[in-house]
Amino acid sequence: MAPVPMHQGLLLAGILFALGLTGLLVRRNMIFMLMSLEIMLNAAGVAFVVAGSRWGQADGQIVFLFILSMAAAEVSVGLALVLQLYRRFKTLDADAVSEMRG
Amino acid sequence: MEVVFYIAAMVAITSTVLAITRLNAVHALLYLIVSLLSVAVVFYVIGAPFVAALEVIIYAGAIMVLFVFVVMMLNLGKAATDRERQWQRPGMWVGPSLLAAILIAEMAYLIAGPGTAAYGSAVIGPKQVGIVLFGPYLIGVELASMLLLGALVGAYHLGRRIPEKTEN
Repeated sequence: MAPVPMHQGLLLAGILFALGLTGLLVRRNMIFMLMSLEIMLNAAGVAFVVAGSRWGQADGQIVFLFILSMAAAEVSVGLALVLQLYRRFKTLDADAVSEMRG
Repeated sequence: MEVVFYIAAMVAITSTVLAITRLNAVHALLYLIVSLLSVAVVFYVIGAPFVAALEVIIYAGAIMVLFVFVVMMLNLGKAATDRERQWQRPGMWVGPSLLAAILIAEMAYLIAGPGTAAYGSAVIGPKQVGIVLFGPYLIGVELASMLLLGALVGAYHLGRRIPEKTEN
């Protein structure tokens, strides 16, 4: 029973990252852009875990834990920003905020 | 065992494509949850059960619930009810349910199947991860706790309602 080759797992991570990047670029809704960011972070975590499994080390899983906590922090702040955006502009369109001036 | 990996990877890619192409945020969230669950199955297959459990608990559980809460909060409005009626068309749940059923079948096969422990690469369990996490990576744990504290304070600060008086 042969293990899964590492490049297959890295290919999965790359495809997921590309999908998340595509979603980030094509969607203008802030909720969808945050979801695409989550997909990209998750894909990076997949790459780390696959590499850690390939070398039999726990470091990959630990980096995934750090990515997980970073994603939790990012999404909480991001969703709070989305709430503020909706309260002020009554829209979730990212282009509507381009008129913001310091 | 490789077949399980490939099926889970295909489910992950399919559900991610469907998630970024949905027009409705809740439907996209359903597909995104299925994507995260299939990535958890991938982790389990390649010998990382601890991270697989965390993926389900934290990503598919906590973070996605946060998304669902915000989506539900933003939909409070006049047009919400008829939009809700439009969303509740039967059949929207079929796609995520089918993909999740594939994952359930895979998990049942992994648990009940013969070659669970005889997988090629070594399984790195929670014990090894914990030993390394609180050994060389202890400073990272502390930094992560400070990051989460900062995120908590920042989210509380950003999420508050600004009184009308501050605008003038």
